Amino acid sequence: MTVNGQPRAAEVEPRTLLVHYLRDSLGLTGTNIGCDTSSCGACTVHVDGEAVKSCTVLAAQVAGAEVTTIEGLATADGLHPMQQAFMDCHGLQCGFCTPGMVMAATSLLREHPNPTEDEVRLGLEGNLCRCTGYHNIVKAVLACAGGGA
Amino acid sequence: MSAIGTPMKRREDPRLLTGEAKYVDDIQVPGQLWMGMVRATVAHATIAAIDTSAAEAMDGVFAVYTGADLQEMGLWGAPLPCAWVVTPDMANPAHYPTAVDEVHHLGEIVAVVLADSRYRAADAAEAVVVDYAELAAVPNLDAAMAGAAVAHSSLSTNHAYHWPLVPDPDALEAAFANAAHTVTAEFVQQRLIPAAMEPRGVLAVPSPYGGDITLYSSTQVPHILKVMVAATTGISEAKIRVVAPSVGGGFGAKLNINPDEMLAVALAHRLGRPVRWTESRTEAAGSTHQGRGQHQRIELAADAGGKLLGCRVHIDADMGAYMMLITPGVPLLGSFLYTGVYDVPAFGFTCDGWFTNLTPTDAYRGAGRPEASYAIERAMDLLAAEVGVGPDEIRRRNFLGGGDRFENLTVASTLVFDSGHYGPNLDRALELADYDGLRAEQQRRRAAGEPVQLGIGLCTYVEICGLAPSRALGGLNYGAGGWEHAVVRMLPTGKVEVVSGSTPHGQGHETTWSQIVADKLGIDPADVTVLHSDTAISPLGLDTYGSRSLAVGGVAISMACDKVVDKAKVIAAHLMEANVDDLVFENGAFSVAGTPAASTPIQAVAFAAFTAHNLPDGVEPNLQEQVTFDPPNFAFPFGTHVAVVEVDTETGGVRLVGYTAVDDCGTQINPLIVEGQVHGGIVQGVAQALWEGVHYDEDGIIKNPSLMDYLVPSAAEVPSIRTDSTVTPSTSNPLGVKGVGEAGTIGSAAAVMNAICDALSPFGIADLPMPASPQTVWRAVESARATTGGAS
Repeated sequence: MTVNGQPRAAEVEPRTLLVHYLRDSLGLTGTNIGCDTSSCGACTVHVDGEAVKSCTVLAAQVAGAEVTTIEGLATADGLHPMQQAFMDCHGLQCGFCTPGMVMAATSLLREHPNPTEDEVRLGLEGNLCRCTGYHNIVKAVLACAGGGA
Repeated sequence: MSAIGTPMKRREDPRLLTGEAKYVDDIQVPGQLWMGMVRATVAHATIAAIDTSAAEAMDGVFAVYTGADLQEMGLWGAPLPCAWVVTPDMANPAHYPTAVDEVHHLGEIVAVVLADSRYRAADAAEAVVVDYAELAAVPNLDAAMAGAAVAHSSLSTNHAYHWPLVPDPDALEAAFANAAHTVTAEFVQQRLIPAAMEPRGVLAVPSPYGGDITLYSSTQVPHILKVMVAATTGISEAKIRVVAPSVGGGFGAKLNINPDEMLAVALAHRLGRPVRWTESRTEAAGSTHQGRGQHQRIELAADAGGKLLGCRVHIDADMGAYMMLITPGVPLLGSFLYTGVYDVPAFGFTCDGWFTNLTPTDAYRGAGRPEASYAIERAMDLLAAEVGVGPDEIRRRNFLGGGDRFENLTVASTLVFDSGHYGPNLDRALELADYDGLRAEQQRRRAAGEPVQLGIGLCTYVEICGLAPSRALGGLNYGAGGWEHAVVRMLPTGKVEVVSGSTPHGQGHETTWSQIVADKLGIDPADVTVLHSDTAISPLGLDTYGSRSLAVGGVAISMACDKVVDKAKVIAAHLMEANVDDLVFENGAFSVAGTPAASTPIQAVAFAAFTAHNLPDGVEPNLQEQVTFDPPNFAFPFGTHVAVVEVDTETGGVRLVGYTAVDDCGTQINPLIVEGQVHGGIVQGVAQALWEGVHYDEDGIIKNPSLMDYLVPSAAEVPSIRTDSTVTPSTSNPLGVKGVGEAGTIGSAAAVMNAICDALSPFGIADLPMPASPQTVWRAVESARATTGGAS
């Protein structure tokens, strides 16, 4: 597979979850694990451009795919516009849900470039945050959409 | 420009947004062993036998230890600590990290495995077979009080303690005897799972030859943890270093001294190998303390006009199976607030603590104060109905100080409120929420008999922050003080390092502290670095809970800056050949009053203090000062919340459609961070009112342990929140700050339930249990329709 643009190959136990491969084998620890029932979305990454909960996918299932993690979003020019919007709008506090939330939000805007507030709220339904009450997360996503990201 | 009061973006964010931040589970060390937990699958039983042979034979398994093995190894210097023995006769059964003969709650550890990978540790833990001989369980508070079964075989009763706060019993009696109106209400504060998004975790790294040990922990309390590791394991306190790296939320759940963490430390120390463990979410339901768990009875006495004469409260509090760090004290934290923002001449509070065979309770966002606020604010709505006035009017008639500004006012519970100004705060909230417009819309829907009714709920809360004056804690038999420590040092290049005893887990201390220091020293906030959360860097501190960071820790930093300026002034006067009393310090530079052109920047003074070539006699080199601030009083933030709900009387569905919060946390350092704290706190309280609650069956088994069925809300369930603030500076500290970390939670559950009951008042429904699920609401409506023939 390709992870953040780099080709990666490994032998793994068949049961290895994608999130554990990313974290434990590749050291890409930005992708977090917040639950064990695919409920919280902290582990959201992109597989071939689609938001996927990486705790629900076996590493072997994405052989050959292009995987993007939170570490692959920012560039030498700086933060991705969604990351910047989260910072500008105070859309994060403890930051643990944030990588997954940002990955879900960028995927959401790819599908719905100009969402309403309700569409943002529904679109992020699979990602839980305990700190922000979502107010500023929604604000950040709407701001990013408005900014043409 | 002043940095204090500016909504600065957070300096913490880039590392959190890019995945660069390291939480405990992100830190890997060579040679580490993964710990897997064998946890009780029953609530109360004796352990008949444990078969570890299959687990021991598995690939990659290093060792399996039962509770009895660990006891034989002599790992424990003392049981896990309870720091708040609220009465001298409080029952406190010994709580060791693993059960030996008898288990007392689902999730209690009975054995541990150590293996060379995450997966193998989990597999091996599964392979341990435990034979339980079940005992009768105490699965809830009612059963605890009934006493047919006893939660601990070593105890003769489930009763743990009785704690009274009745300043004047005769006056209380008289208040009720003379009342024109009385209200009696009973409420259940259901158990809640704190559910910080980062599960708890620990990595203990020993240095076998040096004898010291470093503990990386997802904790709110690294300093307290260090002391308690020493007490529990017998390792010398001076050999222990605790590091709290990035911590993914706490909400009280990470301020405890937990069995799993102590096992990791003790085994790593004994074996000379790094040992790690990360909790799974479903495991956490049984292994991390829960919040609330109280039955409340509140009685109000009032005169004919609804003016309060007295308030009498009794609480039965569910301790769970053991007294953890502050388990028994949580209800006491609320005890002083049952008269809320009101002028109540007579007050009495009693609390009985009870053991159950459930996971222990302890602090959860607000810790005692949300419960208190809920009881008085729900009861005030009931009193309003009894007297026949609106919920806003009953509050106005009873505000402390008549709603006018006051300072240092002694209230019925014996505390001295630092400052308050409740009338204008309520006015602003009602205006911002368009209260009159909402009432008109409510009337329209009622008149039209629409199935979806509108409810409007108020909560005018007050809370206690800035924990705490050490003497006050001593008076309550708490086992520690409430001070906080800070160091401010100027480096040779003019940059500043701040060492904070208070530790963040999402609150943005680095940003806020840099704003305080920038203003105090007249420098750029970017020149300030904040160090924290590592006992090797910040050896003194009492950590983060009870909305104390700013009102105690932030104030300590501010005071340390004052001391730095005082010393710098003496050096500057020497360098400038001026009289120290003639110097003024403005915009980061010293000058002789009246001649600002000839000034010496504080950075130049810092360099001079570093080289020490030309210091006044008796002045030590370097510019570094420390302060330990012990606040003279608590701080009492307050505010008004207005919740608006739509209640579908045909389906029972409740939708929160509007929320307005006007909070007063005194002086604000960073309004952006204040608002964020308010938003998050509100949603946690709303969640108690509408969705969350731990469901135990009659055997003490949790029916909803995972996030699939324990309903932490998503963005789709909550609306945007309208916020504003009033500012009434605290008199408890020189910054005038109060605290805001828990305020949202303290105001919101009552506001939402008041709104739901308001919507359903035409049905004669005065109260509903939390969470107000569709089924609960639907049943109440159907039952009301059956008895009254429909809405009036």
